[in-house]
Amino acid sequence: MENLTKLPKIGSTESIRNMGPLARREFRNGLLFISPWIIGFLAFTLIPMLATLVFSFMNLKLTDNPFDASKFVGLKNYVTMFKDSQIWNMRPDSTPGALWVTIRYGLIALPVGILVPMGIALLVNNANLKGHSFFRSMFYMPYIVPFIAAIFLWNGVLNPQFGWVNGILLTLGVPRGSLPGWANDINWVYPAYVLFGIWGIGNAMLTMVAGMQAVPTDLYDAAKVDGAGSVARFMYITFPMISPVVFYNLVLIVVGLFQYFLVPLALNQGTGFPGGATIFYNLYLYKTFFVFGNMSYGSTLAWTLFVIILIVTITLFATARYWVYYAGEKQ
Amino acid sequence: MSDTNAALQKKSNIKVGIRPGRTKFIKKANPVFVTAVTIALLALFLMPFLYMVFTSLKNQTQVATTGAPIWPAKYPTYIYPGQNKNTYTLKVNKSGFPVDQIINMNDYAGKELEVYKVPMPNGTTKEMALIKGYQKSSIFIDPAKPASDPIVWTGYYLSLGRSWVFAPQWSNYVEMWNDVNYPRVLWNTFFYAFMTTIGVLVSCIPVAYGFSRFRFPGRDFLFVVLLAVIFLPTTVTIIPTFTFFTKIGWVGTWWPLIVPSFFSNAYDTFLLRQYFMTLPRELDEAAMIDGASPLRVLWSVIIPQSYPVIVAVIVFHLVWAWNDYFGPLVYLSSRMDLQPISVALQRFNTLFGSRPELIQAGSLLTLLFPLILFFVAQRFFVQGIVITGVDK
Repeated sequence: MENLTKLPKIGSTESIRNMGPLARREFRNGLLFISPWIIGFLAFTLIPMLATLVFSFMNLKLTDNPFDASKFVGLKNYVTMFKDSQIWNMRPDSTPGALWVTIRYGLIALPVGILVPMGIALLVNNANLKGHSFFRSMFYMPYIVPFIAAIFLWNGVLNPQFGWVNGILLTLGVPRGSLPGWANDINWVYPAYVLFGIWGIGNAMLTMVAGMQAVPTDLYDAAKVDGAGSVARFMYITFPMISPVVFYNLVLIVVGLFQYFLVPLALNQGTGFPGGATIFYNLYLYKTFFVFGNMSYGSTLAWTLFVIILIVTITLFATARYWVYYAGEKQ
Repeated sequence: MSDTNAALQKKSNIKVGIRPGRTKFIKKANPVFVTAVTIALLALFLMPFLYMVFTSLKNQTQVATTGAPIWPAKYPTYIYPGQNKNTYTLKVNKSGFPVDQIINMNDYAGKELEVYKVPMPNGTTKEMALIKGYQKSSIFIDPAKPASDPIVWTGYYLSLGRSWVFAPQWSNYVEMWNDVNYPRVLWNTFFYAFMTTIGVLVSCIPVAYGFSRFRFPGRDFLFVVLLAVIFLPTTVTIIPTFTFFTKIGWVGTWWPLIVPSFFSNAYDTFLLRQYFMTLPRELDEAAMIDGASPLRVLWSVIIPQSYPVIVAVIVFHLVWAWNDYFGPLVYLSSRMDLQPISVALQRFNTLFGSRPELIQAGSLLTLLFPLILFFVAQRFFVQGIVITGVDK
């Protein structure tokens, strides 16, 4: 840490000029080593991002020359976007808009994406469990299954007619007429998609397990001595201590959910089956660009999504100081 | 230490003394109970694997039959050995009128007969092999007594129940293997995974080294930018990138998938950098004093100490490449001969959607490699995630 004090002030050109030959060589070598990332960041992230923004103010098809200034149309695409019922429609009697689909799915998937890994982490960390590391590995294991195979496995298990889940429900006494239609049923398609993705919890689960293991045991001992029950120990010790990990996973999941679209794309080629309920925002964007070749409107949708995600992420970071606890850190 | 323990002991005694009722609730959870619950949950969680294995071995009849067993099975058959060589004239009812039917048992020797559950006069059912069936009556022979006379049962044989016998149909794998040209698809996937792994290693290791071992103005800011990219929606970059690769004629080739991997990625760089930070600087400094160049230090000092994290990066990346779907889908959609496994499996699903046994066989062949990799390199997965998730 003391070494850091020798660092010249960040971003000041004066400090670069005042560097000794040793510091200058370190500067040169450091930049040289990170140059693959700098080039990649410029070529595959920053410049494309700005290009997307520029395209969104133009009227371009994939075949057009993107440098043609006469294609500039100002805010026209954004006006179209704000009036686009395929994005915004919330009326329950008609095909829901793509943003509404994304949000409705997210409201189901987000709690599952946090609570299920947390619950499993608590379970595999439980002192009464025999064979912790075995269970930890086995709950993580499906994470490495390619998502496309996971979709087909879960889609089979959840087949309304021949699937095992409905078979189990049937033996539990659910009448045949009221069995869920899962991915084919407009009322059950989101829970079905949540289950299709349930194997993705491995990462979040392992990070939470690691977070829980890092909690000093004397905190628990002290709480037990004070007569705190297991719920109180979770609420006042475990959760605050793992809250940075929860927060990290929360941001990753939220950002991921806004971009959700690969499952309906792979499963039914983005037709929106059943009843248009699976045209997610990003799927609408994908079709706009890759199917209809509308580069500019696609870019408008992309930047709108980016801004929405940015606002939500900033909001999350703003709430973090009320519930995320960084032990002994400056944050 | 013992003082503290004594103090704790004392304190706990006081507490328990104050609220004796409390101890009733702090019952020790039963290890057997907790373990049983965990096993049950795990069984539910992993259930699709068993479904996949079972379904991939079923035949088409079973897949389309409601009430068929969940394990791979077929209807039982009976090959008549031909002990009975007599000819019988039997009174049967084919479609409402009683007629005489001549049955020459010699015709059935060596034939494979379907087995049905036939109700007996005494109220039980018996497994009987069907010789000839009509709408109103059917002729059976008892497989237990092959030399006995055939019997006539009054009723439609198709209304009878049938039992199932265990019979895995391995040919589904052969069919799937040939239909998707599995060897080709596997080669494509390995090639993609191998080339991008090389790209990740030769770019992320130097970048991580640069971020962990050199002090220069703006370094910490750039590192925050690198981490922020993890949270950046890829959607916002894909349109110009795809357009650019279209204009230079790279769509329909491997290039747009492989080349970007040579410019490092945030996840693997972060993983490596976190590990490099834990390595003592004394060794590199000693090597520097001996006149080693920074590249030499990286090669001879840092990398030899970093095998665990490098293996973790490799296994993560292999799994990532195996899983990757979107990139290959958009860049190789016109080139079926180049597509890796995830795209091929999805294409196969749209063609064979009505053949779940083939889809499941295909899914098994898709997840086999990552699964083996996981069981071989388990500890690297766990270590890697702990480094990325918790040190953040």
